[in-house]
Parts: sequence; C-alpha cells; structure tokens
Amino acid sequence: MTLLRLEHVSYRYPGAERPSLRDVDLEIGDGEFVVLCGLSAWGKSTLLRAACGLVPHFHGGRFEGRLVVGGLDTREHGPSDVAAVAGTLFQDPETQTVMGSVRAEIAFGLENRGWSAAAVARGVEEAALALGIAPLLDRPTGELSGGELQRVALAAALAGRPRLVLLDEPTSQLDPVAGDELVWLLRRLNEEWGTAIVLAEHRLERCLPAADRVVALVDGAVACDAPPPAFLAWAMANEPSLATPAARMFSLAGLSPLPPGVKAARTALRARGIEPAPPAAPPAARPRRRRAKDSALSFERVWFERRGGRAVLRGIDLALAPGERVALMGRNGAGKSTLLRHANGLLEPTRGRVRAAGRVGLLLQHPGDVLVADRVDGELDVETLRRFGLDHLADRHPRDLSGGERQRLALAIVTSGEDRPAAVCLDEPTRGMDRLHKAHLAETLRGYADDGIAVLVATHDPEFAVQFADRVVLMGEGEVIADGDPHDVLAGGWYFATETARVCGALTPEEGAALIGERARR
Amino acid sequence: MTYRRRASPLHAARASVACVWCGALALAAIVSWHPLVLAAVLLAALVAAPAAGVGREVGRFTLLVGVPIAVLFTVINPLISREGLTVVARVGGVWPIPELDVTAEAIAYGAVTGLRALAIIACCALYFSAVDPDRVLRLFRRFGFRSALTATLATRLVGTLAADARRLADGQRCRPGPPASRLTIVRAVTAGALDRAGDVAAALEVRGYGAAAAPARARSAWSRHDVAFALSAAAIAALAIGAQAGGLAGFDAYPRVELHGGAGAGAIAAALAIAALAPFLDRRGIAR
Repeated sequence: MTLLRLEHVSYRYPGAERPSLRDVDLEIGDGEFVVLCGLSAWGKSTLLRAACGLVPHFHGGRFEGRLVVGGLDTREHGPSDVAAVAGTLFQDPETQTVMGSVRAEIAFGLENRGWSAAAVARGVEEAALALGIAPLLDRPTGELSGGELQRVALAAALAGRPRLVLLDEPTSQLDPVAGDELVWLLRRLNEEWGTAIVLAEHRLERCLPAADRVVALVDGAVACDAPPPAFLAWAMANEPSLATPAARMFSLAGLSPLPPGVKAARTALRARGIEPAPPAAPPAARPRRRRAKDSALSFERVWFERRGGRAVLRGIDLALAPGERVALMGRNGAGKSTLLRHANGLLEPTRGRVRAAGRVGLLLQHPGDVLVADRVDGELDVETLRRFGLDHLADRHPRDLSGGERQRLALAIVTSGEDRPAAVCLDEPTRGMDRLHKAHLAETLRGYADDGIAVLVATHDPEFAVQFADRVVLMGEGEVIADGDPHDVLAGGWYFATETARVCGALTPEEGAALIGERARR
Repeated sequence: MTYRRRASPLHAARASVACVWCGALALAAIVSWHPLVLAAVLLAALVAAPAAGVGREVGRFTLLVGVPIAVLFTVINPLISREGLTVVARVGGVWPIPELDVTAEAIAYGAVTGLRALAIIACCALYFSAVDPDRVLRLFRRFGFRSALTATLATRLVGTLAADARRLADGQRCRPGPPASRLTIVRAVTAGALDRAGDVAAALEVRGYGAAAAPARARSAWSRHDVAFALSAAAIAALAIGAQAGGLAGFDAYPRVELHGGAGAGAIAAALAIAALAPFLDRRGIAR
C-alpha cells in the first residue's frame, strides 16, 4: 500500500530564483525504509517538508503537482492534519522541544489530537518504552543531552503511532555514538512495527545497511531511486561524493556489487577468498609529549576545574608545530570544546598555561555567532572577501547564505586581520555538511597549514579527520588518551575508526583498494 | 530558575492545588499589612522551599531579586514621603535637592512594603520552582490553550535568548579587531530569535498544534497531598482575609506607627505559618 505519493511535484520558495523541487515523482510504500540523499540544497529537506505539509502551508511559495500522504492530499490538508499520519523529526533537537518535561513533550501531540487522558498516558508509556527513554520521563527537557533530546523528539513524533516517519538529518547534531543509536532505533521501528521511514542523511555509511531503497536528489529532481547496491553503482558513475568509503574502496579495487555497509563488504571479501583483517587492536599510540619551544600553539599541563563541579581538563600537554594539522577527537563531554576555548583565551586554565606564537583564530560550533552585520560586505571589506573567494556574496545577508558559505565567511573573519594567526582552531565544523563541502573545507585547512599556520579541529568524523589531518589526538575524560599518526589512532576501535578501517584495517578507500589487491594476489 | 520534579509533598500535589496553595500564600502577603503576618508568610515560603527540595533556588532568587527590591522600598519611601510626625533626620537643602524631613513612620512604611514585596517574591519563586508548568498549561488548555502555550513559549524564549546572547558574545570575542557594538549584538540576537521562533512554529505545526482539539476532561483521585495542600490553602486564605476583615492584624504607618491586634496578630501569624507548613510533615508517597 502506498503511504506517500508525489506526482509531478515542483516547488519554489517565496522569492527564490530556482525551484527547490523539480517534477518529482515518487512512491513510498508501507513498511519501507527509504534513505534520501543528495548534496546540501538539493531538495532533501524541502521534499520532507512537503511530505509533512509544511510546504506550502507554512512556508508559502509556488507548489505544483500533487502530494498524498496516507490518503491526505496536502493541497487540502495542512501539517496538523498530516501529523496524524506522519511523524516528523528535524535536524536540531533544541528547536523541536516545546514543553518543559519529557512526559509533557511526548503527550503534547496526542493531546492536540483530542485523545483521552488514559490514551495519552498509554501512548506516552509505550513510546518511552519503545525508545528506551522511560527513565527520562520526569526529567526537564532543558537538562537533556542532544542525543537524549533527539530521542525524546522521536518519541513525540512516534507516540501517535504514525505509519510514516519523516526524518531530516536527525543525526547531524549528534556524536557518532548517539547517531548510531538513533539509526539503530529507526531500524528496529521499521523491522518490528513496520513503520515506514524516510530518512534524509549525509553520512550514508551509517544508514545504508538498513535501507530498502535510496532516493538521490540532484538539483531538486530524482536522479536515482534504487536499492543500496544499485544506488552506489549509480553514485560512483554520476556523483562520487555520495558514495560511501567502502563502496569507493570496492570500486577502486574493481569489485562489484558495491557493499552498502561493513558487514556486506566483509562478506563480499570473504566470498572472493580475501580474508578481511580482524578488527584492529585499540589505539596503541600513546600520548606523546612534544617540546613546547618553537610551537605555534601549546597547552602545558592545562587543567580546567569548574567551581563546585568536575575537572573538565586534566593536565593536558599538547603542542602544535607551525603548519601541523591536528584532528581532536573524543566523545561528547571529553573536553574538546573546552580545550579549544582555552586556545584563544575564551577560557582561562585553572592550572597550567597556554602559549601561542601569535593570534589564535577560533571558529566555534555555530558559525552564525560570529556574523552580526546585515550584509556580507559589512562583515569584511571587499578586498578580504575577494581574497577568500567570497566577493560574489558581498550584497547578501549573512543569514541567507548556505551553511557552507556561512562557514567560509566566519572562517575568513576569524582568520583575517592585520596579523596572520599562528594557529586556527575549529570546533565541529563538519556537522550537517555533505562530503563535497567537507572536501572543500579540508582543502582550505590544508591551505592554512601550507602557509605555516597550525590547524586544530575538533571533530567526530573520522573520515574527515583522515582527509585533512596529519596527526590525531584522542581525548577522554579531559585527558589525552592517544596522540599520533591517523594510521595509529584511527585504524582500530569501533567508533573512532573509518568505515574502510572497519572493513579491512585500511584507513582510506585508496589504501583499502591497494590492500585488497595485494591480498587477492597472494 | 526552572521547575524540576523533586520528591516532596508540594511536587506530589496536583498542579491546580499547588497553584492555589502558592496563590493563597501570596494572597496573605497581599491583603495583610501587619509585619508579623508578612514575616510569617516569608518564613513559611522560605521553610517550605527546602522542605520541597528547592531551598537553594528559592533562597537564591529571594536574595538576589527580593532583597534588593525590599531595600529599595525601605530607602526610597522615606525620601519621597511627606507623611509621618517623628522626624529622625533632615536631609537635602542643597541645590538641586530640596530640603526634606525623613520620618520614622515613612521608614517603617517603606520597610513593611519591602517585607511584603519580599514575601510575595518568595512565594512566586516557590511557585516557579515547585509547580510543574506543563501541568499548569494543561489546566488552561480548556480555556485558552493557544494563549497559554504562547505565554509559556515566550517565557522559555527568554532563557534561550540569554544563551544565544552568551554564544554571540563568545563569537564576537573570536573576531579580530574592535568588538561589535551592543546595538549590533542586540539586533543579531533578535534576528536569531526570529529564526528560532520560526523553527519552533514549524515543530508545533507538525505536532498537530494547528488542529488542537479540546481535550477530554481527565479525572483522577485526590491524593493525601492534594487534600492536605487544599485544606492548607483554605486555612491560609481564611486566616489572612479574616484577620484583615476583623481588624485583628492591622498596621497603620501614618501619622504614627500603630500595630493593631496585639497578641492576636502574633497568634494569627503563628497559625498561618503552621497551616502553611503542616502539609510538608507527611512525606509518604512523594517520590515518583
């Protein structure tokens, strides 16, 4: 049975020059798990917003064609009606929370539908149990972590037992552990309760193993609608930035079909008589002490202890040489952001000291926080904009820029100025960023390093870390627990490892392909 | 100051009763002028707060917000009031400040007004810390749900805006060169608030807010704490209104300070404090 049907749907936001959706024809059936992919601004979010009725009822604009969700035509039914059929989850868990407690948050949608108190109570209990958040029911929503909040928002979307769930990059604000848990939950919902899932996501390696179909949007139009292996073959031929690392590794090694996940890749290798490497041992790279002398940025036995609270940093010793590119990894709460805030003096160590050979440019998690002017040329003069390749945006409002453009502008602001920075630090710059933009960012950062500027980037993304860094520092509980070459730190472990490392121990698709070729020849 | 569920009799009471109880305590401070009764209300609120597990929050808010207001009343009133017979000081007389007499009555009136403000603020702090706003919102759902929800969201947005402002301030410290003006920051925070409001509105829409139906009336049995706090609220209101109507605990500042009621006022104050705190003695069934 078809749950979602789009017939020749085209849509243009008010005042937009180009349509965000172009003649989209799509059908999604009961119990399907569909992954929606495409580069940023290629129409994924717009398609989901159309499916839940926000387009055009909330956003306005010009809508053509027909979209039917669970029998409701969105030209006649607004998002409130569609909510009875389809649950929706957006990127940012913070802006989806409207009530003060978890229990009230989950109950909100059910109460809006006029359910009886007993039915609401039952709906809340069942949703909480299904998502494993029963212990959180009486917690204030303001105290939850991002992962917990996103689970609560998912529970709120699911409490009414919708037949379809629409998710717009729900893992983009989460650390890898919370992101993987969320995808696992979706898979369980799909398999055990038959809920149809439409998931827009950039990190495809996380969700392709669970998917029945992948729909790729290119410039607002459906370019591919196929099962994961066929989609990966299409991606390698037409849009390689959408292919997963394991698929690229197989493609480079001349193997097919391309695997949608680690398990499929290992099975495929075994079937060809190539024994994949056993999971590597945990990182053996011990924290190393470097000489602070002549370094661009150094942390010398830095402690940060909160008044009446815990010690967030515990004697960090870390030195970055000029031109060194360092990825700082670790789970949420490990102290990465706190360490970066010490780099440019936003925070002062309670013990120890931070030395820098010059100014330190720091770009915090939300690049928009640096931008305050009404026009891009109000933020930086045109000459500087030209130097950073942003002069064509001079007359735009910073809030109207895409995520990638906004980040480039913010990076240009914090690194510009009369004196060249000795070091540049970025806090989680790749959140919600597609692979193409990540590659551009890695290129930019390598450019800084080539100019002799030390680069320190806090990230949860091992693929990005491998792409740009020549050294990886792993933090845990405020301490450096591993520090070394990416091959030493990121080739082992489950979470802090690239997809190809989990398949065969090689860090990148290129190295993996070479390794597979070598093992095949033996 | 935010609500957090604690294991306490006040938290265990239903929202309507907890609301009425906090309201009765505040009402006692509003209708009464006798310093002993006002002190009893303040004492009841400040003792009830730790008994409800929110002593730190209520104490901090009362100290940081209530005490400065109380001091302000005490200091300002003698300087603006022309009433009272007992002159204790003569100040001013130098241009541009005219000569004025500070009277003991004006000081007493200011101090009692300050005490009253302090007691009301403590009651409000107790309400915000110990009464679940979501349940209160549900109470108003039948009458004006959208207005109540808008008010709740707007209140919550204050905290969000403060957090945004802190983030923006940090962001500005990361920029080289002179910092942006306050006006620029305020404008950026406002623009950010509009963005956030748009996101929240979209989230509300997809949760069926636009089709919000009238909820079915929920009936649940009254717990021991519901009964205790309802009786306590009734007793507090009866004592405060009765004492005021019967002239048992009156206070006149002008032309001379006079306290009415004598020992009776003390008895009423004591009864009020006991009535207010009695429900906290029963600590059975308070945890969830």
